[in-house]
Amino acid sequence: MSAAAVARETGARLAAAEAAGLNATLHWSQALLDAEAKRVGAMPAAGPLAGMPIAIKDNIVTTDAPTTCASRILEGYVSPFDATAVTRLRAAGAMIAAKANMDEFAMGSSTEHSAFGRVRHPLDPSRVPGGSSGGSAALVAAGVVPAALGSETGGSVRQPASFCGIVGVKPSYGRVSRFGLVAFGSSLDCISVFGRTVDDAARVLGAMSGHDPLDSTTIPRGPMAVPAALPDLRGLRVGLPREYFPADLHPGIAAGMERTKAAVRQLGAELVEVSLPNSAYAVPTYYIVAPAEAAANLARYDGVRYGPRKVGPEGDIRALYQATRGEGFGPEVQRRILVGTYVLSAGYYDAYYRKAQRVRARIADDFRRAFAGGVDLLLTPTTPTPAFRAGEKTEDPVAMYLADVFVCAISLAGLPALSIPVGRDEGLPVGAQLIAPFFEDERMLAAAGAIERVVAGDAEVR
Amino acid sequence: MSWETVIGLEVHVQLSTRTKMFCGCRTTFGDPPNTNVCPTCLGLPGALPVPNAHAIRLAARGAIALGCMVRPTSVFARKNYFYPDLPKGYQISQFDQPLATGGRVAFDSPDRGRIEVGITRLHVEEDAGKLVHDRFPGKTAVDLNRAGTPLAEIVSEPDLRSPAEARAYLVTLRQILLYAGVSDCSMEQGSLRVDANISVRRPGETRLGTKTEVKNLNSFANVERALEAERERQIAMLERGERVAQVTLLFNAGTGQVRALRSKEESHDYRYFPDPDLPPLVLGPEWIAEQREALPELPEARRARLEVAYGLPAYDARVLTSEIALAEYYESVVRVGVEPKTAANWVMGDVMTTYNETGAFPVEALRLAGLITLVRDGVVSHQAAKRVYAELAQSPGEEPKAVAERLGLVQVSDQGALASWVAEVLAAHPAEVARYKGGETKLMGFFVGQVMKLSKGKADPKGVQPVLQETLRESP
Repeated sequence: MSAAAVARETGARLAAAEAAGLNATLHWSQALLDAEAKRVGAMPAAGPLAGMPIAIKDNIVTTDAPTTCASRILEGYVSPFDATAVTRLRAAGAMIAAKANMDEFAMGSSTEHSAFGRVRHPLDPSRVPGGSSGGSAALVAAGVVPAALGSETGGSVRQPASFCGIVGVKPSYGRVSRFGLVAFGSSLDCISVFGRTVDDAARVLGAMSGHDPLDSTTIPRGPMAVPAALPDLRGLRVGLPREYFPADLHPGIAAGMERTKAAVRQLGAELVEVSLPNSAYAVPTYYIVAPAEAAANLARYDGVRYGPRKVGPEGDIRALYQATRGEGFGPEVQRRILVGTYVLSAGYYDAYYRKAQRVRARIADDFRRAFAGGVDLLLTPTTPTPAFRAGEKTEDPVAMYLADVFVCAISLAGLPALSIPVGRDEGLPVGAQLIAPFFEDERMLAAAGAIERVVAGDAEVR
Repeated sequence: MSWETVIGLEVHVQLSTRTKMFCGCRTTFGDPPNTNVCPTCLGLPGALPVPNAHAIRLAARGAIALGCMVRPTSVFARKNYFYPDLPKGYQISQFDQPLATGGRVAFDSPDRGRIEVGITRLHVEEDAGKLVHDRFPGKTAVDLNRAGTPLAEIVSEPDLRSPAEARAYLVTLRQILLYAGVSDCSMEQGSLRVDANISVRRPGETRLGTKTEVKNLNSFANVERALEAERERQIAMLERGERVAQVTLLFNAGTGQVRALRSKEESHDYRYFPDPDLPPLVLGPEWIAEQREALPELPEARRARLEVAYGLPAYDARVLTSEIALAEYYESVVRVGVEPKTAANWVMGDVMTTYNETGAFPVEALRLAGLITLVRDGVVSHQAAKRVYAELAQSPGEEPKAVAERLGLVQVSDQGALASWVAEVLAAHPAEVARYKGGETKLMGFFVGQVMKLSKGKADPKGVQPVLQETLRESP
């Protein structure tokens, strides 16, 4: 199938998804798709992703469409440069298909915090697709594109992947360049991938991974080799952290995990219980570290150089800042900026930010100890529940934050992790999470490929 | 009762790099507004900083030259505040883990003789842009060419005890940084900026008084004037029984007065925290040693060596080492064989005048040596040599001898020529000849002068006197 034909078909699917009210895209056009097909068609050699249409979360900058982070404050903003990940995907022959809807500035777990309306769950429009990369997840789950880029700060790809019944891979921190990813929590942010299969996700990850001189936090190693799925898991020890299997775990999720454990055992792996005691503090730690960094990262949206400018009644620079930022940022973003400013303030820094950094180190230490104790991978649920209903948690920020209880700690530790679909509960997808040691992304993907082969992701778990 | 003044200085110098601290934009001064900008220094969404290795090298060399210890690990931190000239809403600086700490600068205080001032720290940071208020009526424009320019901030201990001492410290600091090649230290172009902290207390008191900070100091002379004004203001307040408030003051060079800018109590909480975009800066001992080796001999060491190696007076050695270029030139003249003190006299004289006017040494060491040889050999007089020097400066490539000849300044020592000038002078002054013969021998000077005059300065003065004496003896 030619790139041009793929572009036309993708356009038709995007139009259908739009007509169905998915609200998963913020910018796309047939003209841009055709231009991408033409570019790919003219490439001298077919790249590893030749003709693959990929949706891009709208916080990853591209030159041919606006990048708004689903925020009024960046409405109409077009970047003069492509993100390194986008440059590499284009060079690999991929076609940038659409910019996907998201929680504003990636802050949220349901994609209800978009300034441009919430994203519907493809299987049940009354439910959320998860977030913050909900638009990307919905597009892959709805079969519009085979793969999409999301971004993770604290689970924003794994959690929606689990809700939508697809694969979501967060690489090791430093494996994929953040250059061109609009910063939220810089020490946590990772461009991450959704795919319908582990292999699709791994191929996209492989193409965009590797050191980037433009991002000082990338690890100076070349691109990740795309691993083949393991034939079985013989000789592997898979750890089950007891803190991630609470007694009151949602029965559907618990059933999904039982199936997954059985499959892993059947593939020849040994299951061992381990402990990650400090993971209990991951959510509160995350909600100090990420907002602190975000408060600084979002200071640049001041109406002085780009983006819509609002002039306050007093007409001075202070009023300009207040009006631009007061009207430009939604309530969740404002909440996090306030929290972040507070935890860094004189007199509070030690009690919050410094303490959070110490706890973060302990959380990471737990993982290191578990892996050093002879465990090759960790297996946990991705989310505490299947996809919840829209509006269910919007009035209760803490309840919303707890949707990330099983994914946050891994982000704080900078480790690679993924979510794969392991079944459905009353029609709603259930995901399982695999976690690997730092920079052992390949091991994790190879094992996930084996599990994917034996666990039917669309079968009822109860 | 008297008062003791306590001063500490914060000096920002622009590091002499071709490109900015965290991006590849040029640092050229005076380019059209907003032409040296890119996504990183404009703070566009998704752009990231990448440290400029050369800026770090220069800062480390500056730190070493100031006797600081370069820390094996230092950390970039974000300093958060809103201002239209600050594109990211934070400045990347260093906070609790600076590049270098614990240095000292020795110099001659105008009040206390030789003293040492402690250097608390040296850290690197990026500059902000510039607001332009006079370009568009009723509006303020932003020029971000300067945004992201690399700076080193050098903080002194409160070891200075007078405004004049503060100025002397700045002169030495600037000299060291220029030697180290760290910065061009031009106050006119803003590549050296000074903020001063000052307080007063009773002599013998060990606690510091409440300090104020004086900004907008655009020359070393104004640093001294501003600190004098602020010292008087504080003393007057204390003597009236008032308390000094901790404020930031601006100096007005026109009136010579300081005025309050803002109260420190209501100042910013900068909410410093480590910049997550930049890993800690880890500098190994080999790298630090390389920076040390890259430094030239520093002014203090060079001054001492010049005194010993060339037997120069202390004054000469100090003048010749005031700038590295001058010292280099001086030593190049000595190296081609000129006697050191003669070379020093020349370099501190005409050469330095030319250098101060043009910033260059148009007469190369070899040509200057040639000229000095002409003087030594009596080919040109010392007076004439100054004219030859001036001409050499204008005539690249021309040899001193050729210039002297072209200007007709070669001295005549030919006996026949001297004898005829002497004869003419004696014939013209019969009365003086008679008085000389009558014992008035001090008239010899008069005759020599007349011969020099008649010869238009070309007669070799050393050759004239013997001819005069002989002729006078033989004449009736």
